[in-house]
Amino acid sequence: MTAAAEAHGHGAHPPAPHYSSRVSPATLGIFLFIASEIMLFGSFFTVYFFDRVVNQPFGGHWPPPGLHRPAFVAGINTALLITSSFSMHWADSSVKKGNRSGLQAGLVLTFALGLAFLLIQVIEYHRLGFNTSDTSFAATFFGLTGLHGAHVFVGLTILLIMTVRAFRGHFSPEHHHGIELGGIYWHFVDLMWIVVYFTVYIL
Amino acid sequence: MQNPFRSERDAFRLVLLAIGYFALIGIGWKIDKWVGVGVFAVLTAAAVGWVLLRGRGEERPRQAPAPSPPNEHRILVVANETVGGAELLTELRERSGARRTVVFVVSPALNSPLRTWASDEDDARAAAGDRLAASLVAMRAAGLDATGEVGDGDPIQAIEDALRTFRPDEVVLSTHPPGRSNWLERGVVERTRERFALPVTHVVVDLEIEPTRE
Repeated sequence: MTAAAEAHGHGAHPPAPHYSSRVSPATLGIFLFIASEIMLFGSFFTVYFFDRVVNQPFGGHWPPPGLHRPAFVAGINTALLITSSFSMHWADSSVKKGNRSGLQAGLVLTFALGLAFLLIQVIEYHRLGFNTSDTSFAATFFGLTGLHGAHVFVGLTILLIMTVRAFRGHFSPEHHHGIELGGIYWHFVDLMWIVVYFTVYIL
Repeated sequence: MQNPFRSERDAFRLVLLAIGYFALIGIGWKIDKWVGVGVFAVLTAAAVGWVLLRGRGEERPRQAPAPSPPNEHRILVVANETVGGAELLTELRERSGARRTVVFVVSPALNSPLRTWASDEDDARAAAGDRLAASLVAMRAAGLDATGEVGDGDPIQAIEDALRTFRPDEVVLSTHPPGRSNWLERGVVERTRERFALPVTHVVVDLEIEPTRE
């Protein structure tokens, strides 16, 4: 038996957890998650900017002539998503204070705002007047906004679970890890939309 | 650098900062493309500077493990050489008084930076394992209840790792004499005292001479 094995008495029970990395598992997990998401979105942004730079034949016009970016509707969507970040923060603050009705109201409001965002995006897709195969701009536009939409869908699923749990009496000021992690994800999705909106609709 | 997604509150703050950041760049862009680029450069430089400079001078949170049972005295020994010398061993035993002494020895796998980056740690871990085994033999021969493990090459990290599975009442750092000790050059003793809310005793071990205690 090795010295390390003796130290933990492996014979009677599973070995005690031992972390040899330089950051805690939870921190490492969120770092890896964010790093993977940044790489994923980064690859889409790279394609978008590459497409924009190499498409000089359009005479400096972006998007290409005949295609229109619905910046106003997307702006409304941006406002909805930013508001949902506030309501998410309200829900998180409420559970920490033991305010159950505030938690429930915050989660319901966040879910409703996120759902409204997704529905508006779907309607926007139908009214755009171009499709993925129409130009490389269209392909990258749908790719970036669609990738974000998929993240919103995942976030809504998490929010739905959080909301159901909140109404079933789960979570307390001492135990609200599910709200905390779901909130972090939702804010990340919101942050990415701000970047997408600025890049695709404003610049 | 602090993880900006460490908590919901931190993530929310990042969203607010991002709104301000992109709003200002967007306003600049609407005025003139180059104004937007200038605003982007200034804000980005300010953000990078803030991230790099903040937190300097702040005291790091100190780790304090839960106390051991009343009838037990737990000592974490971190040694870069074989723990030996009758005086040191007697010192360890006498620290506990009437209580049962439990010693956990961490032998850091000392390695060169190049080999560490290349993940070439086999030899370092084997050598540390040999030192650990010799230390445990010496301690058990002196009547101490001693176990241990091979730890990270960075002694501070090795202590932090050990604290996750062993909750000591004090830490004993064993080093070479001044002038020959890389750990003393790097301020390991001071950094250990700053980082961990535990009594830290520094013991100089020169196996050819008797150990001295600070």
